[in-house]
Amino acid sequence: MEYYKITSEEIDINQVITSVIRPEAGAINTFIGTVREFTGEKQTVSLQYEAYPSMAEKQLKRIGIEIREQWPNVQTSIVHRIGKLAISDIAVVIAVASPHRAESYEASRYAIERIKEIVPIWKKEYWTDGQEWIGDQLENTAYKNGAPKEEKE
Amino acid sequence: MITVLFFAKQQEQLGLEKVERSESKLPVSELKQKLIEDYPELSLAHTMTAINEEYAEEDQIINDRDVVAFIPPVSGG
Repeated sequence: MEYYKITSEEIDINQVITSVIRPEAGAINTFIGTVREFTGEKQTVSLQYEAYPSMAEKQLKRIGIEIREQWPNVQTSIVHRIGKLAISDIAVVIAVASPHRAESYEASRYAIERIKEIVPIWKKEYWTDGQEWIGDQLENTAYKNGAPKEEKE
Repeated sequence: MITVLFFAKQQEQLGLEKVERSESKLPVSELKQKLIEDYPELSLAHTMTAINEEYAEEDQIINDRDVVAFIPPVSGG
């Protein structure tokens, strides 16, 4: 059974994977996002994720719906952790099950890119020399006001 | 009465997670303008808006008892 969750607990990877298993699937792709120590020359000591949990879960579910519109037989579960995380801690787990392997890679990639666009989760990095809320990870020069547009393929 | 939620950097700028406002029946853009006047330390640039947990456009009307959330650039993943 697919699920979409924001949690302050450690993520149980197996639970996310198991949730998408079904007889029709011939592939399960798992993406695990972890806390990176170095970004260029900046050294991260720890970081903190904050979310608007109820809306974030709705947006994760919306990503699941968008995925099924593009890849009809795919099952997706996404869990994102919030709170204070240390280097190498798991921040996000995405499991995608599909009849054939190609869709599972494509849908998994789509899910993580969409998380970075529409899901209200924010990361605050604590570096050796300061701290900052991180925004606009996609490095778009302009972050427009208003509602995000539907992704078009 | 409407409820306005703030997150991340904006929450820190204001020292507030939420405020209750008496106005309603106004577009998002007008609420933003009023908030910026009331809180000079608040920056709402590059910020999306959600009404009742759904993204809203600048001209969408906020009704009585709506929950409005300002969504600065997200950085999950």
